[in-house]
Amino acid sequence: MAFFVVQFLTGLASAASLFLVASGLSIIFGVTRIVNFAHGAFYMLGAYVAYTLTERFAGAFGFWGGIVAAAIVVAVIGAVVEIVLLRRIYHAPELFQLLATFGLTLMVEDLVVLTWGPNDLLGRRAPGFKGAVDFFGQSVPSYDLFLIVFGPVVLGILWLLFQRTRWGVLVRAATQDRDMVAALGVNQKWLFTSVFAVGVFLAALGGALQIPRDAVNHAMDLRVIVDVFVVVVIGGLGSILGAFVAAVLVSELNAFGILIFPKISIILVFLVMAVVLIVRPWGLFGKREAPARRTPGLTVNPWRPLTGSERLAACALLLCAAALPLVGGNYAVSVGSEIAIFVIFAISLHVLMAVGGLASFGHAAYFGLGAYGVAFLAKMAGLPMIACLLLGPLLGCVGAAVFGFFAVQLSGVYFAMLTLAFAQIVWSVAFQWVEVTGGDNGILSVWPERWAASPSHFYWLTLAIAALAAVGLRILVFSPFGFALRAMRDSPLRSEAIGINGKRIQWTAFVISGTVAGVAGALFAYLKGSVFPDSLGIPLSVDALVMVLLGGVETVSGGIIGAIVYKALNIWLVSQTDLSKLVLGAFIVLIVVAFPKGVVGMLEMIRHRHRDGTPKATSLIASRIETAE
Amino acid sequence: MSTAPTLLSVEGLTKSYGGVHAVRGVSFSLQAGEILALIGPNGAGKSTCFDMLNGQITPDSGRIRLLGEDTTGQPPRTIWRLGVGRTFQITATFPTMTVRENVQVALVSHGRHLFNVWTTIRNFAGAEAGGLLELVGMGGYADRPCGELAYGDLKRLELAIALANKPRLLLMDEPTAGMAPRERIELMRLTARIAREQSIGVLFTEHDMDVVFEHADRILVLNRGTLIAQGSPAEVRRNSEVRAIYLGEGLVYDARHREGAAP
Repeated sequence: MAFFVVQFLTGLASAASLFLVASGLSIIFGVTRIVNFAHGAFYMLGAYVAYTLTERFAGAFGFWGGIVAAAIVVAVIGAVVEIVLLRRIYHAPELFQLLATFGLTLMVEDLVVLTWGPNDLLGRRAPGFKGAVDFFGQSVPSYDLFLIVFGPVVLGILWLLFQRTRWGVLVRAATQDRDMVAALGVNQKWLFTSVFAVGVFLAALGGALQIPRDAVNHAMDLRVIVDVFVVVVIGGLGSILGAFVAAVLVSELNAFGILIFPKISIILVFLVMAVVLIVRPWGLFGKREAPARRTPGLTVNPWRPLTGSERLAACALLLCAAALPLVGGNYAVSVGSEIAIFVIFAISLHVLMAVGGLASFGHAAYFGLGAYGVAFLAKMAGLPMIACLLLGPLLGCVGAAVFGFFAVQLSGVYFAMLTLAFAQIVWSVAFQWVEVTGGDNGILSVWPERWAASPSHFYWLTLAIAALAAVGLRILVFSPFGFALRAMRDSPLRSEAIGINGKRIQWTAFVISGTVAGVAGALFAYLKGSVFPDSLGIPLSVDALVMVLLGGVETVSGGIIGAIVYKALNIWLVSQTDLSKLVLGAFIVLIVVAFPKGVVGMLEMIRHRHRDGTPKATSLIASRIETAE
Repeated sequence: MSTAPTLLSVEGLTKSYGGVHAVRGVSFSLQAGEILALIGPNGAGKSTCFDMLNGQITPDSGRIRLLGEDTTGQPPRTIWRLGVGRTFQITATFPTMTVRENVQVALVSHGRHLFNVWTTIRNFAGAEAGGLLELVGMGGYADRPCGELAYGDLKRLELAIALANKPRLLLMDEPTAGMAPRERIELMRLTARIAREQSIGVLFTEHDMDVVFEHADRILVLNRGTLIAQGSPAEVRRNSEVRAIYLGEGLVYDARHREGAAP
């Protein structure tokens, strides 16, 4: 019994840090509507800075002063980031903000390694809380008891701050309607900056308080951000009490999950999140999300099919790509195969995002399922390669059918979070079900048969499939189905009013997209000759998102260009520099700030400007003014 | 009029939000080819009524019968399939498509081709969409992006979309809100003409009494969720309660005064 109580207390202590970080994310989202992916990076920075400060200044004052000073230092960094970067992109679509903060995370990861080195750092114990308290024969670290008290204290302080101060009232008002607050003469810029700084302060404090419990390392940002996303989604984005309750819930699930279901402990939290999202889509304490704001200034140029000459140009480019093995060596050709595979992956997500307006944050799940499907069929059933390539992606299809059914019940940020949770569940299964998937060791020696074994043959195979996929998905975009999907994205209200069963349409699109992603995964398994849980992981899902946004989410085929540019750049950077994440992150941030329409979107806009020299628009307005009079 | 079939009959429709009775025991019916106006002050329950008829809100009690079928609590898309066109107070269209494509999507849905993934939408009812756009006077705008239309044109486009499933009944929530005076009269004349030609029943809410008294065959007056009067425009205009609550005493609404204003 005492053992369970101790386990419960450990869970409560872990909840404190999680709550600090989650409440910061929640506050920032509430006011600025930015889902701050870099929140984990600020948490990590808080831990590193606190480590340095507490090592430098000894004694109780040095330690506690160092913790608070670290949080303040990081909060100032956060404020600078807000002023320099985020202020420029408040009017960009929500996804772009997420992408920019992701780029920031990449940069911070490399900067941290550059500054503090790649090794884990063990911090000091907290002065005054070094010992342990005996509890019926079990010992509880006294620092844990401190954290258990500290969490509710912070909750109380935040409550007072929001209920009793002028600043708090403004923040609450801005959370409900920031345009109205701006119209009332509040200086929105500084309100946003201060809110962002407070949110970052909480994240950094959460990180700093972890150093007596845990080693500081440069992977803690991604680990915490996933947990924090789960917490805010369960608690409800924008609700601080919700963040507290959910942080406790998630920490206790982790603490007891390991005891009761050691095999599926990772899944447990995500299962709870999935259930909460399905039963109460806006979280336990959240409010129903206002419809996503229509971003002003974005193009509304209706899409058109390619003209005859454009089709010829596309064919010529395809032929050029097919000539690669004639000029390049084996390395270049296998890089080409990888890029072609990622083109398939990117366009599968692009259709979902651009046409359906559904941003899947866990698209790697279906990519990875396709890869595992091939590996199972080839290794266990011993099927020939053609059969594997045809049947393997069906695993992705089934996964997309099951998860997609639940995911399309939601929209916006919550859709993104649920897809992320599902991907994480699939990853955990692959990682923990060692008997079947080989766990971390993966499934090895899945090699192509002789007819496709040479790099050039395999390249031509992937290129042909990529071309087929691209053409097929383009046809889909301009088909009645594609229009129904766009109708649902443009106006769910009108779609329903003209008899469109939107959820069914979106579900079908999700299944198609997941299947195509599965095809990419199947090819990837043959390219690498093996399958690992990595091909289901969050980093791969994020890669896909970056490729789509880089290409331009408002274009028909931006995913193709996005995949080529991103993947080529990525492979090249990794081979050229140790700081590939720093350069890539900076590149992503630059793209978001300078070219928010993506590469293809930019090109199209330039082309439009050249073509639309005629004063059509002005004559239209003139005619309206005439009739109005 | 009395021989025309009943399109819509509503009995005892009721909806409350917490302690607020938005709509209480509203009953009325509508015949084919009849133009019925639902008027009342702000907060009278007009939009709640409308959303229940359209299936966006489920009533607490009461029954709605559309074309002989009980549609109480049915979703909007089911009601649309029965032959009901709907326009919204704030227009809902597809801004990233062309004007013609907006209508085509509705036609595709009407023809049940929504899950067709292998042909282009160009082959679907392009001419029919063009015809509908001509009908509402938008023929010249067919290939324009919907997102750059002026508000009055969006209202007309919505009418074309609403007509795509050959409706027997049109539900129009404030069809002329936000339009210039002359556009209002044009749009309602157009609607009335189409409704009479094709014998479509129309139920609309409206704050512009000129529009209401010129076109409505019958008027329902709603106040605080209950129906306080119904009848011909002349009867409603004479009703002292309606005057006290909504129309006011000093003004005389007479459609004939407006005749000269329209072209």
